[in-house]
Amino acid sequence: MADNSIDVRGLYKIFGANGKKYVEAVQNGMSKDELNAKHGHVLGLKDINIHMPQAKIQVIMGLSGSGKSTLIRHINRLIEPTVGEVIYQGEDVCKMSESDLREFRRHKTAMVFQKFALLPHRTVITNALYGLELQGIGNADAEERARHWLKRVGLDGYEDRYPNELSGGMQQRVGLARALTNDADILLMDEAFSALDPLIRTDMQTILLELQEELHKTIVFITHDLDEALRLGDRIAILRDGAVIQQGTGQEIVLNPADAYISDFVKEVNRGRVIRVDTIMESGTNGSASVAIPSGSRLEDAAKLLSDSGEASANIVDGEGASIGSISMKSTIEAMVTPAKH
Amino acid sequence: MGVFTDKSLTEILTEFPEMSRTDLRDFKKGIDESFKVFTREWGVGIEDFFEPLLRVLVWFEKLVVATPWPLMIVILGALVYAGARTWGLVVGTVLTLLVVGYLGMWEDMMFTLALISVSTALCIIIGIPLGILMSKSDRTQAVITPVLDIMQTIPSFVYLIPILMLLGIGKVPGLIAVCIYAIPPVVRLTNLGIRLVDKDVLEAADAFGASPRQKLWTVQMPLALPNIFAGVNQTIMMALAMVVVAALIGVNGLGSEVLKAVNNQYLALGLMNGLAIVAIAIVFDRVSQKFGKRLQKHSEVIHG
Repeated sequence: MADNSIDVRGLYKIFGANGKKYVEAVQNGMSKDELNAKHGHVLGLKDINIHMPQAKIQVIMGLSGSGKSTLIRHINRLIEPTVGEVIYQGEDVCKMSESDLREFRRHKTAMVFQKFALLPHRTVITNALYGLELQGIGNADAEERARHWLKRVGLDGYEDRYPNELSGGMQQRVGLARALTNDADILLMDEAFSALDPLIRTDMQTILLELQEELHKTIVFITHDLDEALRLGDRIAILRDGAVIQQGTGQEIVLNPADAYISDFVKEVNRGRVIRVDTIMESGTNGSASVAIPSGSRLEDAAKLLSDSGEASANIVDGEGASIGSISMKSTIEAMVTPAKH
Repeated sequence: MGVFTDKSLTEILTEFPEMSRTDLRDFKKGIDESFKVFTREWGVGIEDFFEPLLRVLVWFEKLVVATPWPLMIVILGALVYAGARTWGLVVGTVLTLLVVGYLGMWEDMMFTLALISVSTALCIIIGIPLGILMSKSDRTQAVITPVLDIMQTIPSFVYLIPILMLLGIGKVPGLIAVCIYAIPPVVRLTNLGIRLVDKDVLEAADAFGASPRQKLWTVQMPLALPNIFAGVNQTIMMALAMVVVAALIGVNGLGSEVLKAVNNQYLALGLMNGLAIVAIAIVFDRVSQKFGKRLQKHSEVIHG
């Protein structure tokens, strides 16, 4: 199987008439404000290096203006980089010819947008098959595939409606179906669920996670919501003022925030949903414990298992059922409470 | 300093320092002469160029005049229904046609309908591609916009002169005069419509790998259509407004009757033909507006 990981290397984006001229200045430490005040150019992205693993969800997180939407648009080159590379299967997306780029966008990527960006004059099904239509795939075949994915996202029976007849959540399901129908290896999701109500957002996250279990796409997911990032992201990169300030798994970020900015972010997080039992377990089997908790479980689930059983400690078991360590109720609860230093 | 010694100050201030009479005469003469040379050289060629247009117009005129009136009323009623989907408008149209015909203006009305149809078609065929071109680049827009401004504001009699010199009196020069006046709205609104298309939707088309042509036909044109149609509506209205001017250079129809009425001070004739033009205008306007509204149907049902 081809490697579907994406490597972003040394990516800079400086908005303005003559961005290239100021790359060196930025490399030498010129700040965003200084660049804007002195030269009237806006620093969008600064030395981005991210390896986005294949078949995983890479979350890019940051507040508005941090450059996250700019970054995702470099992966399918909706925005031209000032300097830098985006490598996919050995090829630099930033150097592709116009027609190669079009083929890359048609077959390798699909995108879901914050504001849905559906074609308002087309029905749900013709929206869903839009990507296939652009590829030149015949109507009957395209329709069948679109119907399949509309069903998967729960839009059975809405095929002939217009987007304006649907609620926001349903419109974004159409957006998701349109992207999935394209059958591309890379799924780019630009704040895809940010415009939705909290309950519907959780629904959509669940749908995405369920689909990902069988599809194994390389997903790049942009969000400003840390809870969403922690729930979805296999890996998370945090962006601030156009630069990556920390990347790693959700647990790594919550346990070891790189600076005050990030610890500020993570202090409100429900740690029980992020930290895994493996992180806090003590080595050695506890002979008196009768409860077994699978390795990789979240603390929240472990705590529930422990309290349900009435036991004070439990063993952590791997896939084969062999014990690899133990936890106690006390250590679990301690780890779930935000430490005072944060 | 000669100026100040020869003339008094009051003379300098009251008399505009204009070009000398001989220079001015030579200047105008030069322009006239060179255009006459151009006419002699190219007149025939240009006439040949417009020959197919003449044939289409004549053929269409003959067709609508030769069609039996009851059939014509049925056809027009059906067209109105196809465009507007309302029976009220169909009834109104049929009544209008019957009244105008009863008052002795059937054939003139058919000539005018033919002229308006052909000139509108011509305006659309030229205007929409021009509008698309204009929407593609700001530079093209900057060049075409002032030209359109001139076409809409210059008194139509002014461009009748070169047209007459080149092509003489006849249907084609009339058609061209109508189109010069009537084409700007469809060009402007095509350009505007395409430029107003939601950037997010365009970005989505890009992200899915649409080529510029695919983007034009799957996103830009469909979403610009309501605006383009508003432009077509305006073009039709302006073409109707030019009917009398077209009659001046030999296009027959309701316009030439109005002209006759002006020349002879026939009040009733003028009013009747004038009102017939108004009636056609109202029918065209209502039908095209209803049609334009139907094009936007997808945006009507908004979810709360």
